[in-house]
This record gives sequence, C-alpha cells and structure tokens, in this order.
Amino acid sequence: MSAKPRVATAWLDGCSGCHMSFLDLDEKLVDLAGMVDVVCSPTVDIKEFPQNVDVALVEGAVSSEEDLHKIKLIRSRTKILVSLGDCAVTGNVPAMRNFFTIESLFKRAYQENADVPLRGEPASTGRSIDGPCVAVPKLCENARPIHEIVKVDVHVPGCPPPPDAIFHVVAELLAGRIPDASSLTRFGK
Amino acid sequence: MTTMTASPSSAAHDIQVVTLKIDDQEVSASRNQTILQVAAENQIEIPTLCFMPGLKPMGSCRICLVELAGSPRLFAACVTRVSEGMTVITDSPRLRKYRKQIVELLFVERNHVCSVCVSNGRCELQALAVKLGITHITQPYRYDKMVVDSSHDLFRLDHNRCVLCTRCVRVCDQIEGAHVWDVAGRGIDCRITADLNLPWGDSDVCTSCGKCVHICPTGALTEKGTAVAEMRKQPDFLPYLTIMRENH
Repeated sequence: MSAKPRVATAWLDGCSGCHMSFLDLDEKLVDLAGMVDVVCSPTVDIKEFPQNVDVALVEGAVSSEEDLHKIKLIRSRTKILVSLGDCAVTGNVPAMRNFFTIESLFKRAYQENADVPLRGEPASTGRSIDGPCVAVPKLCENARPIHEIVKVDVHVPGCPPPPDAIFHVVAELLAGRIPDASSLTRFGK
Repeated sequence: MTTMTASPSSAAHDIQVVTLKIDDQEVSASRNQTILQVAAENQIEIPTLCFMPGLKPMGSCRICLVELAGSPRLFAACVTRVSEGMTVITDSPRLRKYRKQIVELLFVERNHVCSVCVSNGRCELQALAVKLGITHITQPYRYDKMVVDSSHDLFRLDHNRCVLCTRCVRVCDQIEGAHVWDVAGRGIDCRITADLNLPWGDSDVCTSCGKCVHICPTGALTEKGTAVAEMRKQPDFLPYLTIMRENH
C-alpha cells in the first residue's frame, strides 16, 4: 500500500466551478499527483466515499438529503475537512432559494420553466407532474453552509477560490500545517 | 473638520493642545479632535464602516471601538474626543473579537451574496471581512428576504445588502440638503426609507444627485444597469466639497 496522503474531493450543491479552479492548477497538478493519492473525486469512479481519508476538499452547500448523508459520511471518514468555495462556506447562490418554499421552487423549475413535455404528460396539455419523483434526492428546507452541519477544519472562501489559494491550502496541509488562505481569497473572489 | 456633538468648550479651549498615548505612541492633538482623527494623523489605522470623512460621525456601527485605559467600557473612536493623559488601545484580542462579531452579524442579518453583487471586489463590508481575517461566518444566517426598490429611474435600493450605516441619510441631509432618506422601524426591522416610506421613484424631494449611491459602502445603493462587480463608486466628491466649505 502507498504511504502517500489520501486526498479526496467531493461535490455537493455547487456548480463545479471550485473543481474547475482546482484543475486550473495546470502543471502543478502533476507535482501534486506525485505527492498524494486521490482516492475519491467526481473525476474518480468510486461510488462511496472511502475510509481513512487524510484531506477532503468539499465544494457546494448542503442542500438535499443526499448532501446531508454525504457530508456526515465524509466527516466521519476524514481527518481534515476543507470547505472549498463560497457555497460550502456561506451557502452562496444555492442558499438564495432559501427565501422560497420547496413547493414554489419545484413549480418554478419543473413547470413554469419547463420547455419540453414532462415524462408521462399528454402532449400540449397543462403541466401535470409536480416535480421529479424518481431517483432525485429530497431537498432540505434550506441550503446551508457545511460548518452548520458538521465540524469544518479549514474554510476557503471564493467563487471560486483562485487556483493559487487552493494550492496553498493543499500544500500547507500536506506539510502538516493548518493553512490560512485569507490573504489569497475572500467571499466572492 | 466636521461639527462634533455639543461640548461646553469655547473657541479658546478648542485650540488647546493635549497629549495622549495611542498604542504606546505619544501623540499631541487639539482637544476638539476625535480619537479616530488623531489616530489617522499619526498613521494609526482604526477600522471603520459607518464613518465617512465629510459627514457628521454617527458611531452606529461600532467597528471603530477602542479601549481606554482605566475604563471597562469600549468607546467608538469616531465620536470620542481625545483628552489629556488618555491612553488608547486600538488593537487587542478583545477588540478584534468584537469587530469580527459585528461584521459576522452584519453578514447574517441581511443577504450579502458577494459572488452575485454589483459591488463585488469594491465593497467595504467585504474588505472589512478580509481585514479582520474572516473566512466564514460562525452565526447562523437568517435568510430574511428583503425587497428591492427599483422605482427610481437611475438608481436602485437593495435592502438585502444594506448595513444601516446611514451614510445615505447623512449625505442627503447634510450635504445635498434634500433629506430624502430616513431610518424606519426598530431593531431587526430597521430599514432605510425614502420620503416617509414611499418608493424612491415617487420622492418629490430627491434631486437624483447620486451622492447617496456613491458613498454607500456596499451594493445596497447602486446605479441601474450594472452587473456583477461592475459598480464603481466615486466617493471623492465628498472630501472635496468639505474642503471647499471649510475654506470658504
């Protein structure tokens, strides 16, 4: 078995922009790849978050019951949990739906804004389905920052956090230090 | 400088020089000056939010709180005058804790979504969070949806981004002389209102000068037609007007 630090990334209710920013590390990714084992990530085909993770970078707000399940699992299997980006840190854009009821959100998203006939719906009639009902996790009442659900060790704000900030955080963690990225990123960066 | 709160001092007293200590630095000042003014003259930075050079200080945001030796209380540097022998502490773990708490409470009270704000990157609340090393908010967010008043032809008032600094209220009253703005409600229900709670566009007295927009520290008052991070405020007119008035 490898003795390299086990690093994971995860994607909750966000736009994947934080992962894109991570990928924007460009050639530094090659250095990083030699230093760590990426054991779980949207780019790694693993269905369940693994055990004994040293560092987990988590993007996105906690918005659905699946997110809730995932973040608790991630927390229980991770030494250092990093809230990556504004959605994870503040709720950000996903939390803007907190002003509305879930019923009105579904009506807006799946009926008023639907431009194709819904499954099972008679063509050119009124919308008849209340929302997705198969294989879509139930939404929580509010989308919330990760640290309102589980303990977070490092907060990295930014929308998305710049690659340099992400690299600084990961490099410091690999060096055994708890990083402070406040000079490299901020809310809305 | 601006008129301060009423004081029994005569003109003769006003030029009296006092000596005091700010963060172990011996400084001298005129006795009618505030701690904030004297600190600034001596390159000692005290963070502020509601304070705006050229407007009467308000002392409402409490970001500029300082410690005075011999008192358990904290004092707002923008409205506290210096006195002989005073010892001021502008930075301590206690002050940093309170300043952070104040900024955090401002963030949770309204809906400051920096990533979609017209003032992203040029916001004084955002800058304050950076200065105080705030990387996340420890208090729960309220998610209290607020109205956006787009009734004015040129400008917009977004209560979601207002920190109730009252700069707009003061500049309209003290500089423009129109007094469109006031604060209505109490506590968590406080809101900036135009003309006794009319839509801004219905105000008979608003001159559309834009002074309130350009000294607003956040994206609460903005020009219409601006997208994310596009609002560039130009508050420099205010020190200019003040200097011209003082030299008149």
